[in-house]
Order: sequence, then C-alpha cells, then structure tokens
Amino acid sequence: MGRLKEQGIAAYQWLEHRLGLIKPISEAAAHPTPSNNASWWYVFGSAATVLLILQVMTGILLALIYSPSANEAWTSLNFLNHNIALGWYVRALHGWGSDFMIAIVLIHMVQVFLFGAYKFPRELTWIVGVVLLLLTLGMAFTGQVMRFDQDAYWGLGIGASIVSRVPFVGAQLVHLVLGGPIIGGATLSRFFTLHVFVIPGLLLAGVGVHVWMVLRHGVSDWPMPGRLVRKSTYEREYHELVEKTGMPFVPDAAWKDAVFAAAILFAVMACAFFFGPFGPSGQPDPTIIQTAPKPDFFFLWIYAVLAFLPPALETPVLLIVPVVGIAGMLMLPLIASEGERHWARRPVAVLSVSVIAVSLGIFTRLGTYTPWSPVMDAWSSDAVPVKYMHDRTPLERQGAMVLQDKQCRNCHELDRVGGQRGPALDSVATRLTEDQIVRQVLQGGGNMPAYGNALNPSETKALVSFLMTLRGNDLQPAIDASRELTRNKQMEQEKSQGAAWGPKGTPSPGQKQ
Amino acid sequence: MSEFLKYPGESSNDALSPEGKAQAHTRRVFLFKLAVGLNAVVGAVLAVPLIGYLLGPASRKKSSVGSWISIGEVNDFPVGQTRLAEFRSPVATFDDGETAKVPCWVRRVSEQTFQVFAINCAHLGCPVRWFSESKLFLCPCHGGAYYEDGSRASGPPERGLFEYKYKIAGNSLVIHAGDMPTLATQASCKDKPLIQIEPVAAETRSTTWEG
Repeated sequence: MGRLKEQGIAAYQWLEHRLGLIKPISEAAAHPTPSNNASWWYVFGSAATVLLILQVMTGILLALIYSPSANEAWTSLNFLNHNIALGWYVRALHGWGSDFMIAIVLIHMVQVFLFGAYKFPRELTWIVGVVLLLLTLGMAFTGQVMRFDQDAYWGLGIGASIVSRVPFVGAQLVHLVLGGPIIGGATLSRFFTLHVFVIPGLLLAGVGVHVWMVLRHGVSDWPMPGRLVRKSTYEREYHELVEKTGMPFVPDAAWKDAVFAAAILFAVMACAFFFGPFGPSGQPDPTIIQTAPKPDFFFLWIYAVLAFLPPALETPVLLIVPVVGIAGMLMLPLIASEGERHWARRPVAVLSVSVIAVSLGIFTRLGTYTPWSPVMDAWSSDAVPVKYMHDRTPLERQGAMVLQDKQCRNCHELDRVGGQRGPALDSVATRLTEDQIVRQVLQGGGNMPAYGNALNPSETKALVSFLMTLRGNDLQPAIDASRELTRNKQMEQEKSQGAAWGPKGTPSPGQKQ
Repeated sequence: MSEFLKYPGESSNDALSPEGKAQAHTRRVFLFKLAVGLNAVVGAVLAVPLIGYLLGPASRKKSSVGSWISIGEVNDFPVGQTRLAEFRSPVATFDDGETAKVPCWVRRVSEQTFQVFAINCAHLGCPVRWFSESKLFLCPCHGGAYYEDGSRASGPPERGLFEYKYKIAGNSLVIHAGDMPTLATQASCKDKPLIQIEPVAAETRSTTWEG
C-alpha cells in the first residue's frame, strides 16, 4: 500500500513538473474567501457554468446525427427523435438545458445587481457578464433556428423583417442575415456556424475571462447596509475581511455550489425525461400557411411587445430601445461604481428589477395565449352558444348565421369562446346603440376593419338585429343620450309652460324616466 | 536588464538611462517592429478577400435579384376570386429543399387585371390567410388585417400587403419574384409608397368589379 502511494506521488510529480498547472489551479480553487459569502445566494454563477458544459457536451452528441441542410435538417431531427436510440433524450437534455441556462443566467444577474456586486473593482466582470448574457440569448435564438421547423422558418422571417427596418442598409442586412435573398439552405448554414462555432467560442472565452476576474478580485463579500464601496478603501477592507474571516473556497464554500449544480442537473434530466424534446413542429414548407408561428419561451415577451406597439412607433422602438437597454446595462458599473451595495438602501435598483420582472412576466404570459391574434378557425369550429338562440326571431337567428359566416368570431368572443382581438360581444348591445353598431360594422374603426364591402344590406340588418339581442344578463340596452336630452328639452319646454301651477319638487329634467 | 525591455518603444522615457534608451533601439527591436509591420500588411491583404466573402450576400449586385416566373394558367384564377398559388423561387439554390417553395395570393380583379400579393405580412413577415367571406387577409402572428385589394385594414402593419409585378404571357400568369418581401427588400415587388397611417374609415378601396 505504501509503495502504491509512493508510485502515485511520483507519477503526479512527473506530470506536474512537465505540466505545471495542477498546483496553481488547486491553489486558485482553495483561495480564501470571506466566510459571509459562503451562501446559497452565491451558487448561480457556477450552476450556469455547469449548464454551459452540459450544453457543449449534448450539442456535440447531437452534431453526430444532425444535418445542417435545409433539405435534411427537419428529417434528421425526426430521425433523432424516433430512430436513434436515446436521441430523443439527448435532444431533450439540450433543449431543457438551454431553458435552464437562460433562467439561471438571469437569476445570477439579478442577484449580482441587487447585491451591488458589480461595483468597484468588479465593473469589468459585470460588463463581460452582460456580454455573456447576450451570447446566451444568441445561442437560444440560433438554437431555435437549428430546430428547422415551421416556427424556425417564420421566426427567421420575423428576424429578417425586423432587420429590414434599419434605415439605408436594411436590404443589405437582410441579405447578410439570410445569406441570400430568401430563407433557405444558406440561412440555416450560417445560423449553424453561429450556433456551433462562433458563439460557443466567444462564450467559452468570455466565461474564462469572467472566472479569471472573479478569482483576481475574489468573490464579493456579503453586502451590509451602510458599508459603502470606495475605490480608495474597498480593496484594503476586502483583504482585511479575508484575513479575518477567510476560509478556503474549496471545499468550505464550494460544497453549496456543488450541491446546487447537482440539483439543477437533476432538474434538467427530470424535465428532459418526463417532458421530452421540443418539437420539431411541422416541416419548414412555407406553402403550409395554416400555422401560427411562435418563438420559444424566452422570446415570447418580445413577440408580445411587437403586437402592442403602434405602427408609427414600431421601427424606432425596435431599433433604439435594444441599443439603449444594452448600453445601459454595460454602462451601469461605470456610472455607479461606488457607494451603497445593500438592496435595502437602493430603492431605485429594487424598483427597477421589480418593474422589469413584472413587465417581462406579463408580456410572456400574454405571449403564451396571444389574445391579439385572430383565432383562424373560430368561425367554423365554435358555434354560437345555444342560449343566444333561444327566443330569437327568424331575422335574429339569420343574423347569428351572418355573425358566424362572416368570421366575426375569429376576433370576437361569445360566451368565452372565440378570438380575443376585439371585445367580447356577449353584452355588445349594452355598450352600443343600434346606430352605433351599424356604423362600427360597416365602417370599422379602432382596431376593426370595415365590413361595408363584405356585407349586403339584408345581411347587415340581420346581423345588427342579432347583436341587439346580446345584452349580457338582461342588462339595460345602450341608449342614445343625445336623443334623451332632446326629448327632455321638449318636456322641459312643456313643463315651463305649465310651471305656474305645478308643485315644487317636480322631477328635474335630467332624472331618468 | 529586464526592466528596460519592458518598454522597448518608449525611448523618450526620461526615467531610462542612456544605456536603456540604446537598449530599446537595438537592431533586433527594429527588426521586430519591421516584422510586425510586415504582418500587418500581409494580414490586410489576407483580410480583404475574406471579408469580401463574408459580406458577399450583402453586395449591391445581389440585392436586386429575381426573374419572371410563371405561377399558373390564367384560367386557374376565376374572376372575382382570390386564390393561393405557389411557385419555386427563381433564386433558390441547391440545398434549399422545401424552403425554396413560395406561396402567394392571386386576386383576379377582371379578365386582364390581377393583383398578386406576397404571403408575408408587411408587419413581420408571417403568412397571411385569405378569408373570402369577410373579404380580409388576416395574419396569425399579431393580428394584422388587410382588405381584398391588399390595403391595410387594421392592426400593427404600417402599410398594405406587398405586391408582385405581373404580366400575362400567352395563357400563363407570370410574376417577378426574387427577394423575400420585407420593408427594405421589395425590389421585385411593386413600388408602392408607404401609406399614411390614418383612421381606417378614411381609406378608399376599389369596389369596381363587385356586383
């Protein structure tokens, strides 16, 4: 036994004498860190790195089978799913690993921001981190293209349409993004190059620089209210803290990182196993137009924002806001490199995170059910509720057929079924008078197209008489206030003629009849 | 010695002794600088064609691609109706597969007049669908809507549908197709100025062929 140990030590010394890396790396791993940051809040960065390694490994495995050609990509994905043993599981790991990685990177970023850890001397660490976030999102977008299905095809179309809004060089940029005049083989090839060579290379190099700077400046200490960061004193204070309370990062602090990384990997495996891989959905044949393209989860919020921007604002917002937002994130540590670190003394920081998180959450939620999109088959698949057909005249029933036939349901709900683009019609007659409904139907307005060309007078008459029966739970129908006013005015005149002998306290003219 | 070699270029550094300045001006330092310059020149000569290759798709020549292509017999499209047609993109290359197929909407206004609309919504390029009963094109992505003549009806698009140039050659309907139609690349599409955004009711629409 003793001899075996000696041989082992000799082999290690032979290797290390030639390599010279093992000792410095183990020394770096065991560098002293303030005991107050050995916290469960400090585990997200290492978890993101572990997920990156998982993505690289599963990505290499997928590349053994995947064919980055517009002709074959979709087929090779289905081959992976159905014909290659465990191909579905590797695809699922890669897909879920991607979602987990974005989530963990975002959480890591929020934690660093709220803890003020981006302040002196870690400004550049933050800036590189922002670049890493953008590269991670770039991996997610290009990865969505790798899944070369209908959503990928039309997603590329959305990308090209956004790029085409750049002034002057829009057309050239579209060609550069697509690799040619149309979405096709050249497009997939260049996104494959980005996804497999360019962005991963930058990502790994960036992570290297990021981790190097973490080692150089030490893991940031736990923020305390009132303990301000000053460039003149911070590093001395940090070193004093390390000397006073320091403990080796490995193993005293790193065991939490290791446990969390294992938990995350287990979660990815569980999701991959139980929920399976993402797609591919329909084949990327542009002539199959019965499709409602949608981006992956982490881009749903952008998809939602694009539905709500007014046309005139769209191009400026699309081109300016991302630039300002990214510049703001990059500049943050340069603008606020000193001062308070604790979140309890940084209300603007907490408020910003809250507002951004709630906004992204709401837009993402909206993106999951796209209330702004017409439901393309509602007119032929969702019947008018039976209760709206009871006790209706033949004309009104004819109107219900017009409502159905003219595809009104694609945008309007009845009894919570149908499109949500326009308002639900269950109580439309309590909001609009007959005249107003006629005008709205024929001329459109607001967000509604005009149907004057698509309806003849008898259809219009039937439709409006049906709509007039839709009064919710027998609410009062809408009334034309101006008519009532003119009638009241007449009554007032009549009353004033007879006011000489009328009793005091006569109902005032404005009172409801 | 090594502290002198740290700054071989900064010979004007007053802190350096004359020996140090001399050290920074040896023949080897000069040759090294010359070699760096040589590499800069070689690098530039190497880089120009590589960047040209990279930016190839964006070059001016290629940005007005396209040609005339038949999308079917004239009689396939009854007067007064709007139908889906498809063609293989004339600019497709060897490995485009199914993505080389392009759909478009053909509206036959009269015997000799057509309108050929791009499938791509003018908002963000999603495929619009024709609804003949309500006489509208609807986009599934963000709810853009267009009238039967392609003009904007409602929703986020800032203009009407893109139109292809067409001509009738013998018995077939021929359109000029090339670029995927976007706001910037409609070279192959009809020149149609951006419409003014205004209330929907104020727009005029052609009803000439309707009974």
